[in-house]
Amino acid sequence: MREFVPISVTGWDRLFSRWDILAVLLILGLLVFLGEASRHLFEPLADLQRTPPSLDPANLPEYAARTTLRMLVAMALSLLFTFTYATLAAKNKQAERILVPLLDILQSVPILGFISVTVVFFMALAPGRVLGAEFAAIFAIFTSQAWNMAFSFYQSLRTVPTELIEASRSFRLSPWMSFWRVDVPFAMPQLIWNMMMSMSGSWFFVVASEAISVGNTTVTLPGVGSYIALAIEQQNLKAVGWAIGTMLVVILVYDQVLFRPLVAWADRFRFEQEPGVAVPHSWVLDILRRSRIVDRTMRPFAALWRRLLLPRHPDNVEAIKRAPRTRRGWIAFQLGLIVFALTAVASWRTLHFFTESITLTDVGTALLLGLATLIRVVVLIALATIVWVPIGVWVGTRPYAAIVVQPIAQFLAAFPANVLFPIVVSGIVAWKLDPNIWLSPLMILGTQWYILFNVIAGASAIPAELRAVGANLRVRGWLWWRRIALPAVLPYYVTGAITASGGSWNASIVAEVASWGDQHLQADGLGAYIAQQTDAGDFHRIVLGIAVMSLYVVVINRLFWRPLYGYAERKFRLD
Amino acid sequence: MSSLLLDIHGLRHTFPKADGGDLLVLDGIELEVTQGQIVGLLGRTGSGKSTLLRLIAGLAQPSDGSVTYLGQPVLGPAPGIAMVFQGFALFPWLTVLENVQLGLEALGLPEPEIRKRALAGIDLIGLDGYESAYPRELSGGMRQRVGFARALVVHPNILLMDEPFSALDVLTAETLRTDFLELWGDGKLPIKGVILVTHNIEEAVLMCDRILLFSNNPGRIIREIGVDLPQPRNRLDPQFRELVEKIYVAMTARTPNAQAGRQTTINTVLPRVSANLFSGLIETLAAEPYNGKADLPVLADELHMEGDELFPVAEAMQMFHFAEVEGGDIKLTDTGKQFAELGTDDRKKLFQKQLLAYIPLATHVRRVLQERANHVAPKSRFLDELEDHMSTEDAEHTLRAVTAWGRYAEAFAYDDDTGMFSLENPS
Repeated sequence: MREFVPISVTGWDRLFSRWDILAVLLILGLLVFLGEASRHLFEPLADLQRTPPSLDPANLPEYAARTTLRMLVAMALSLLFTFTYATLAAKNKQAERILVPLLDILQSVPILGFISVTVVFFMALAPGRVLGAEFAAIFAIFTSQAWNMAFSFYQSLRTVPTELIEASRSFRLSPWMSFWRVDVPFAMPQLIWNMMMSMSGSWFFVVASEAISVGNTTVTLPGVGSYIALAIEQQNLKAVGWAIGTMLVVILVYDQVLFRPLVAWADRFRFEQEPGVAVPHSWVLDILRRSRIVDRTMRPFAALWRRLLLPRHPDNVEAIKRAPRTRRGWIAFQLGLIVFALTAVASWRTLHFFTESITLTDVGTALLLGLATLIRVVVLIALATIVWVPIGVWVGTRPYAAIVVQPIAQFLAAFPANVLFPIVVSGIVAWKLDPNIWLSPLMILGTQWYILFNVIAGASAIPAELRAVGANLRVRGWLWWRRIALPAVLPYYVTGAITASGGSWNASIVAEVASWGDQHLQADGLGAYIAQQTDAGDFHRIVLGIAVMSLYVVVINRLFWRPLYGYAERKFRLD
Repeated sequence: MSSLLLDIHGLRHTFPKADGGDLLVLDGIELEVTQGQIVGLLGRTGSGKSTLLRLIAGLAQPSDGSVTYLGQPVLGPAPGIAMVFQGFALFPWLTVLENVQLGLEALGLPEPEIRKRALAGIDLIGLDGYESAYPRELSGGMRQRVGFARALVVHPNILLMDEPFSALDVLTAETLRTDFLELWGDGKLPIKGVILVTHNIEEAVLMCDRILLFSNNPGRIIREIGVDLPQPRNRLDPQFRELVEKIYVAMTARTPNAQAGRQTTINTVLPRVSANLFSGLIETLAAEPYNGKADLPVLADELHMEGDELFPVAEAMQMFHFAEVEGGDIKLTDTGKQFAELGTDDRKKLFQKQLLAYIPLATHVRRVLQERANHVAPKSRFLDELEDHMSTEDAEHTLRAVTAWGRYAEAFAYDDDTGMFSLENPS
């Protein structure tokens, strides 16, 4: 074998190409951004309160950088979580039993309620420093990103084709190697798609997590979220507009610079290439691939990475043999013991926590308020269905419309409802409307789009031949909707509706209490209850509220969505 | 003339290209279908015959010319023209009965009538007992029976069939064909005429009364062949074989590059044929019982390939001067025979020699690479050049074909990550 000569050595006709310049600019930009954003992390908290965020739009680039950095750090943590948690769940039968349901419940916990609980913990971790508050914000964003990524990864790992597993076994790859060579590549396309969804979804929580207040303590971290919060407090409509514009720019930038290259790059990992599907392209990826400087800089890292993937004992057959059966039994027993002990301690602590100050009446109140929120969620999802399903089908069956509408819907899904508070609150006050009814639409503001873009995806996935049959047999009007369109989009609709419903519960914590300057409105519901208790700093009742809400979400998921999803998958999946 | 079902006159159809131009797919199509006929449209993949079927069904409108059905121009999906699809196109969420009923419901018939006709159709096509099954529970053959029943129950005048048997295994396809011909011969089918699209020559001879041969790029009717053999037809009948042979001859004679092997230019659309397939076919041809010369239909049969699959290979072998195709026969040249004798490395060398001698695009790529100081060139450079003369898709295919050959011959290398051709082989 000849030594591989890097192209930067052999091709010396020109020292730099224009791709190099663009690549340098991109990377420099990234470095500056990282440096700027993390400079203030270790300043004492007191400094932060002395220089409160200002509504000067000139600050917005810096705020946007800080907010994005938080989201990216959270994303990195989510990936770490995904790779460890989901892998353990997929590879270890004993662990799977507890980890999967755990994840399912975690997914149902209202994240907005989480923030107040965790902020104190993280502040205590780094007392008096911005870092503590930053940790809390990042953690909140993390919790809005991690769960669906972990689920997707777990599911991918479970569906790695047996052939690939057997091939990697027969080549005696170590578990570490086969993880990076087989499992991760196989799961990559799905994982990246979920990362994009997570990134969109977490915007909503950025607004809530940058202006954290528990009881009398208020911590404001500079960022787009706190900027919006301040704009609402000061009733500054212009500032709200600036913030929305900034968000739009940030979303566009990370879509072009981060996700598009990732999607284009991950295309190679798609296991089955369907013909006719357009291969994704990204100009950023093209630049990076063609640049010689990037090529040369990355080479040592690539070499290091390859070395990391090498097995420690290539010829040691024993190393990859499984532990003997008796020892495995012993490990399982130990694991079981640990889980049992943890559960016992947790239950004892929980019981203690609740009996300290919570009465049955409190529980009853929370359950009743939960019912009010439940009615809102059900009605709103029904309304959103009636509105968006026909529109989604219309758009989805017209490819050109879908190309335009799809990204808009994704942007709107990332849109934090808080931004629309001004209009809603002024409207309700002006016409003296009942907040119990008129605050409700805010809950579904951000989440209804999941229904829309899933239905669009479903409608555009109807095979051309099936549409041709409909046209050939001249199936039209209601018959067409009943027999062709609605069944075809049902599995997609259900997926969207599950996300929308879960998200609406979460959003109720923000949406059932709205304010615009000194005008405060409140609806009766579990979301308002949690928000109130957070204001009051009553940890017991915050936890109670969150627990009851999780309970509602889990029960509805299990009793309603899961059977419906199973039915839709069985009967309506196009195969 | 009352028995004239369909009249197509001066039909031309184009698809928009990515660069804004138009790609001609069908040109100068003239076709009359009279009552009681099965008309076959026979041609290679990409000859536009399926597009023609869709134009007849009214699923799309021709760019130019007219489609007249029973004296009326076809401007949209017409009642009385039903279609059977290659991929069955059954709705997975509807049962067999519901799938069959769909067209009747669209006609707005009363409920009892819908049921009666649907059950009769299911009975006729041999689907009794499967009424409540879902398509996924059925085998391919049964699924296509549902496709037939669904098209027949609306009592169409014309039945359009778009390669209806090509997704089925050989035995199932034959059973379905025989059943269909039997019902048609006994006058049990509520249809007056059939148009069958196929790339399978034997299937066309077995089923059709008239066969229209299509050329490629753009699709034109190059020849019409009448089949007068009585039904049921026997594939082993000498007359049957003669007809099949005749069609092979006609189709190979008109294969665009067939007689023009020496004239392959830089802008010729190249067939994507792997070097392995080359070697395999040359070896087969060189060995017993062919000894360097074979009858294409016989060879296709032997290799379990359809003419459609064999043509591109034969065409490519001709381009490389490994073989000559004439009158439905394929004959190895001396170079071809020599290739069969060689070992792997020498084969590569000979392949490279032929590639650079007879495939001008390969020569061009190599020359460009040699002229450049750094010996690299992006794929887009060649793609742009090709796209001036052919559709985007053909350009992509052609470049891929030449890339694969260049790699096998070690004439040049290509890195798909960077999209760069180069002269160095990392070997």
